[in-house]
Amino acid sequence: MNEFDLAEASPNGIYMDYCQKDQLAFQRSPSGKAIFYPRIVETKTGEGLRWELSQGLGTVYSTTVIYSRDEKPYNVALIDVDEGYRMMSRVEGVEPEHVRIGMRVQVRMKTFDDGKKYPIFTPDKEAL
Amino acid sequence: MTNSLRRGSIAIVGAAESELGLCAPGTTPYDLMAQASYRALADCGLQLNDIDGVFTATSQARFSSLGLCEYLGLKPRYQDNTLMGGSSFMSHVAHAMAAINNGLCEVALIAYGSTQKSVSRAAASPREYNAYETPYKPFLPTSAYAMVAARHMYQYGTTREQLAEVAVAARKWALMNPVAWEKKPLTIDEVINARMVSAPLTIRDCCLVTDGGGAIILTSAARAKDLKQKPAYVLGVGEDLSHIGISGMPDLTVSGAAISGPKAYAMAGITPKEVDLAMLYDAFTINTILFLEDLGFCAKGEGGNFVANGGIAPGGHLPVNTNGGGLSYCHPGMYGLFLLIESVRQIRGECGDRQVPNCEIALAHGNGGVLSTQATVILGGQGN
Repeated sequence: MNEFDLAEASPNGIYMDYCQKDQLAFQRSPSGKAIFYPRIVETKTGEGLRWELSQGLGTVYSTTVIYSRDEKPYNVALIDVDEGYRMMSRVEGVEPEHVRIGMRVQVRMKTFDDGKKYPIFTPDKEAL
Repeated sequence: MTNSLRRGSIAIVGAAESELGLCAPGTTPYDLMAQASYRALADCGLQLNDIDGVFTATSQARFSSLGLCEYLGLKPRYQDNTLMGGSSFMSHVAHAMAAINNGLCEVALIAYGSTQKSVSRAAASPREYNAYETPYKPFLPTSAYAMVAARHMYQYGTTREQLAEVAVAARKWALMNPVAWEKKPLTIDEVINARMVSAPLTIRDCCLVTDGGGAIILTSAARAKDLKQKPAYVLGVGEDLSHIGISGMPDLTVSGAAISGPKAYAMAGITPKEVDLAMLYDAFTINTILFLEDLGFCAKGEGGNFVANGGIAPGGHLPVNTNGGGLSYCHPGMYGLFLLIESVRQIRGECGDRQVPNCEIALAHGNGGVLSTQATVILGGQGN
């Protein structure tokens, strides 16, 4: 595989471009391993990686509720995405205290304060 | 390697804290490092010009060994400002052993200083931007440890009360330490009902935010014998680095202590049963539980039961964090050096009311980042 051309695009830039198109992207190694966060090479092997789109379904691996003085309590969670990688995100559409480990969730893109879309998750309707 | 890291080949001969708690306005991390360094020199009877190796870390300076050397007027033969968070100083002990055994230096100073209470934690330790975490606004480091606690509770049935036991035990020890920040007793209910910060952790599950510094002085076992204090020999060291962000931690219920600990035990030639004192970096209550498991004091998942009913409080089955810990004694941000200082004092037998009887072997375990770096040092009253 060709070397990643960082003069042309960065792993994070490509990832964020997908997010703006409402797509959750991750990378797959030649041996079939899912890699996240996006990198220029596979961990351990140094192999090149190809981009894939995720179905966006996952399971809450762990969760917390943050009680800030400045805003309403909000959720931060680690999500095990079905394709085989873990990412930090938020679970919304449910009270933050009601997010449970093991809960099935579905991705959706949300526009944050910086004007960019980021992946967050909501409880999976099929599972409810 | 085997020649560089040899059981009992060096010893900690001097140890001291600087001013702790809240310092006068304008105090710098170097003021605290310098104060602790001179106190540690006085403790062992060496002079400034005996120091030819300098090891430092602080979150408030990128070139901290340079800064301290300028401040003190030192031109060491060897210097190292390895920065891996609160476990940096355990790593410095390993590096100092290698340096001393290879003739790069003979007398090593390890120093730390922080004014994070005075200048605020945000100023003392600004968070680095992580494109895959920062946008979600985790309250770091607390939220990372909160998710570790949540997962441990889910997987092993660890309870809120058991987490609180860790804070209560630390407070009981702190009440026997005259320089501890916290001076009042603490109950399990007070921990659980305190202000929630990042569920399931309340403010009483979190370490203190204080100023403070410390220093230790190390030299070869041969030279250590002729100095003022009983040497605390370095019997074993082990390190592990795993992840920079919590989303990269492979299993939230198993820390790198499960790797650094066995390395240190193997080098020391001991088992956890022979440890008289465990000094475990308690940035949060879950840490102590996790490290008791990962360092082999109990089975995985049994940490909650181990600390229950005063298990690690004075009179419990294992003395843990006898200085009062990061939870109740002091926590200037990178607390690892204080674990080594207390271990040295316990081995010498100078801890007064909180002295562990016949403390021959002490384990000091450092943690950095969000369970990111783990480093274990085993100290003993007898060398080889």
